Amino acid sequence: MTINQLSIFIENRSGTLIKVLEALKEAKIQIIASTIADTAEYGIYRLICSEPTRACECLKKAGVAVALSDVFAIELDNEPGCAADAVQAFSAAGISITYMYSFLLGGKGILVFRTDDNAHAADVIAKAGLRGIDESALTGMA
Amino acid sequence: MIDSKSPYFNPEHEAMSREQIETLQLERLKATVRHCLTNEFYQKKFAEAGITADDIQTLADVRKLPFTTKQDLRDTYPFGMACVPLRDCVRLHSSSGTTGNPTVILHTQRDLDEWANQVARNLWMVGLRPDDVFQNSSGYGMFTGGLGFQYGAERLGMLTVPAAAGNSLRQIKFIKDFGTTAIHAIPSYVTRLYEVMRQEGVDPRRDTKLKVLAIGAEPHSEEQRQRIEQMMGVKAYNSFGMSEMCGPGVGFECPEQNGLHFWEDYYIVEIVNPDTLEPVADGEIGELVLTTLCREAMPLLRYRTRDLTRVLGRSCPCGRNHIRLDRMRGRSDDMIVLRGVNIFPIQIEKILMKFPEVGTNYLITLTTEDNNDQMTVEVEVNEGTDDFAKLQGLEKEIRHQLGDEILLKPRVRLVAKGALPVSEGKAVRVVDKRKVYQ
Repeated sequence: MTINQLSIFIENRSGTLIKVLEALKEAKIQIIASTIADTAEYGIYRLICSEPTRACECLKKAGVAVALSDVFAIELDNEPGCAADAVQAFSAAGISITYMYSFLLGGKGILVFRTDDNAHAADVIAKAGLRGIDESALTGMA
Repeated sequence: MIDSKSPYFNPEHEAMSREQIETLQLERLKATVRHCLTNEFYQKKFAEAGITADDIQTLADVRKLPFTTKQDLRDTYPFGMACVPLRDCVRLHSSSGTTGNPTVILHTQRDLDEWANQVARNLWMVGLRPDDVFQNSSGYGMFTGGLGFQYGAERLGMLTVPAAAGNSLRQIKFIKDFGTTAIHAIPSYVTRLYEVMRQEGVDPRRDTKLKVLAIGAEPHSEEQRQRIEQMMGVKAYNSFGMSEMCGPGVGFECPEQNGLHFWEDYYIVEIVNPDTLEPVADGEIGELVLTTLCREAMPLLRYRTRDLTRVLGRSCPCGRNHIRLDRMRGRSDDMIVLRGVNIFPIQIEKILMKFPEVGTNYLITLTTEDNNDQMTVEVEVNEGTDDFAKLQGLEKEIRHQLGDEILLKPRVRLVAKGALPVSEGKAVRVVDKRKVYQ
């Protein structure tokens, strides 16, 4: 139910994002999903990609401040209300979502998120019958 | 009791001709050199330079003397440069020791008296008299601007209020209630005081008896001074001092405001090229080098102040022939003077190095915003994180620890790796965009 995510420190200054993307391009890493969260001065660029471990190494070599971590990923049916039901399960358990984003994989919506209580969140996913996906679901995407 | 109408506090010294000044200087220099040679540190220095007291026959012979530096003060910490027994000293001032040993300056009672006399002379020069009320809104304690002006203002005979820095509302109440006519403060604090006055509906022209401001201990431009004068509606006079010489009092502007008179009965003033250490021509910018002529506890020979300035003249319409120097134009080392606090970049570096999350490259930028000088420290983030709270916590912790080290809290900005300029050879660590040295 978890997948690898790269978290990259970027500044709100032109040239910082392209440096990251060029490094990934050079290493022939495919980006599957990505999102930028920003504050006034800097941001965290989060991305799901092919070969995350190798991608992380390449970025480090390119002088990028990057961290590799696990985030929850669940698959949702393409129907209205699915996201609400999923998040409701966490809300009922008193767990907060720290951040969340989504992408499409083979026609299904994938919800990626982190919570403030990851150990407990894994139980909720299992008990609520949510369909977690693993890193293996992403291989072959690239 | 001095006649209030006299323009001079020390007529016998202030109104000297150049010839008289130089005769007195040579006499005092010879005595100072002999006095220094009672101390082991100076004995060694003279031996190394291959000179003796007899080599000083003319004023120009001062150039034969070895320089002294802040490093000498650190190396001989705490009492190695004392030229009198400690039992004859009555005061000690010390600078922070964050870049190595602190420096210690000792004073005998006569040193304190002479110091107070210089400050009193300055304040008299700009029109203050015993009827005036002097509010010293400057830090006390080890910072010599506090006690230096306190004793000087008292020596002149003014009612002196040791208000110290900060608590602007109380300062304004004092100014109004006590009929304060003169304030000493660092320039940025005067600006702050004015802002609070405005918020409180106090008009310094209408609601106070202010007539003189003494500002110093912080680099400021002519434009800043004029702005302060316009705000407060009174003249603001530039003051120069440094704890190594005594503190404030060393140099001060007269009502002509055409440079600072440095008191040559107390000091020999040289301006040298900081690289070659050779004298520069009048009008050319160089490093200020001072030799004390009246100090007992810790005389200093050819002390390299690291301040950059130039000679403007040796006469003045005010009647004084003591050398006039331009306001300080910068430093020949990397020391930063911000809001009256002396900061070396190495202090900032030392703190940053404690955080493995950030890199070794950093940049200090000094700016003037709303008349206030600001410091921003940019540092490169070394390790990625998925957690914003961690980044914000890091910024906060760096800011906090820097505050403890340099006594003021700079802005801290996290930047991406490689974002800061890396120069060839010596890295550029400080960018000074303040409207001061321009």
